[in-house]
Amino acid sequence: MQHPTWQARVFDALQAAHVTIVGYVPDAGHAHLIQAAHADPDMTAVVLTTEEEGIALAAGAWLGGQRAVLLMQSSGVGNCINMLSLPVTCRMPFLTLVTMRGEWGEFNPWQVPMGTATPRVLAQAGVHVRRADRPDDVAEMVAASAALAFDSHIPVAVLFSQRLIGAKVFVK
Amino acid sequence: MSQPPARNDGTLDRREVAAVLMRDPGDLLVVTGLGAATYDVGMLGDREQNFYLWGAMGGAAMLGLGLALAQPKRRVLVITGDGEMLMGMGSLASIAAAGAPNLAIAVLDNARFGETGSQHSHTGLTTDLESVAAACGWTATATARDMAAVEALRPRLRAEPLFAVIRINADEKPRFIPPRDGAYVTERFRRGLGIVEN
Repeated sequence: MQHPTWQARVFDALQAAHVTIVGYVPDAGHAHLIQAAHADPDMTAVVLTTEEEGIALAAGAWLGGQRAVLLMQSSGVGNCINMLSLPVTCRMPFLTLVTMRGEWGEFNPWQVPMGTATPRVLAQAGVHVRRADRPDDVAEMVAASAALAFDSHIPVAVLFSQRLIGAKVFVK
Repeated sequence: MSQPPARNDGTLDRREVAAVLMRDPGDLLVVTGLGAATYDVGMLGDREQNFYLWGAMGGAAMLGLGLALAQPKRRVLVITGDGEMLMGMGSLASIAAAGAPNLAIAVLDNARFGETGSQHSHTGLTTDLESVAAACGWTATATARDMAAVEALRPRLRAEPLFAVIRINADEKPRFIPPRDGAYVTERFRRGLGIVEN
């Protein structure tokens, strides 16, 4: 399976940031990261039933002295809102990488409302939001966002735009 | 206004149960779910190895998993209520799938949402959380209905990946207010583990 180079570099950035626990609700745009996390003996990848579990997971990891990331797609952001009170109230770092749906070339109208609301919902909940549109920017943005999150104890989300990851193709 | 009896009302006193679970805690890492579980554990003696949730309902078990994965040589015990556990029921599947031999969960089950007027919860209606956990893949599960059973659970909760339901009565107890500044409790907990950021 051939993966775009930028996704491999995102994984390298997570490793360099000493992220050891990866919680995820799968998305095709995160498939490389999920596979790489499972394959890395120094990482623990945890599949979740719903996205807010990953926020509590990351909080527990931080309490125990390790760093976690949550991988999800934009539809999962809405599931997270109240649980975001945990890192905000406890002044904990939180890092999430969000693949966007409902924008560039979206086929499925059900993805549009949450995709449209995602940046504002995150910001309203107290999360710093960065957006990556170009392959050359993504790894650097993840590295800088990890530093902001873990060094300044701030919740940070990096949105991977749908143009970047490619619109999901439905074949009838 | 009191509710009619629930399907499976327990008889145990929640504070007596908590006192057994927390007796001689040693270096046990304890996470408490919001509401009465936080008060029950806090009033037995505030300690830096306790992490009290005052919100984030449904998150106690997964917070316990993150902590257990980060501290594989330490034991982690999550003490929470039935309503909090019901809101995070999917985490029973996530934890079983992840596998954390050093994590146990004790649910103080009064079959009610005690903080909000004692409305019946699903455990007082149709749901059995022990069966849910077993169906999710927890291989060690138990339900305690008397204090002898609670005593028997105490060492197991510190040695096994055990999911235990403890049937308590619905009596409301005086509130006890442990620290609720999450940033303070977080920093204290991490320093207690010797985690130093620079």
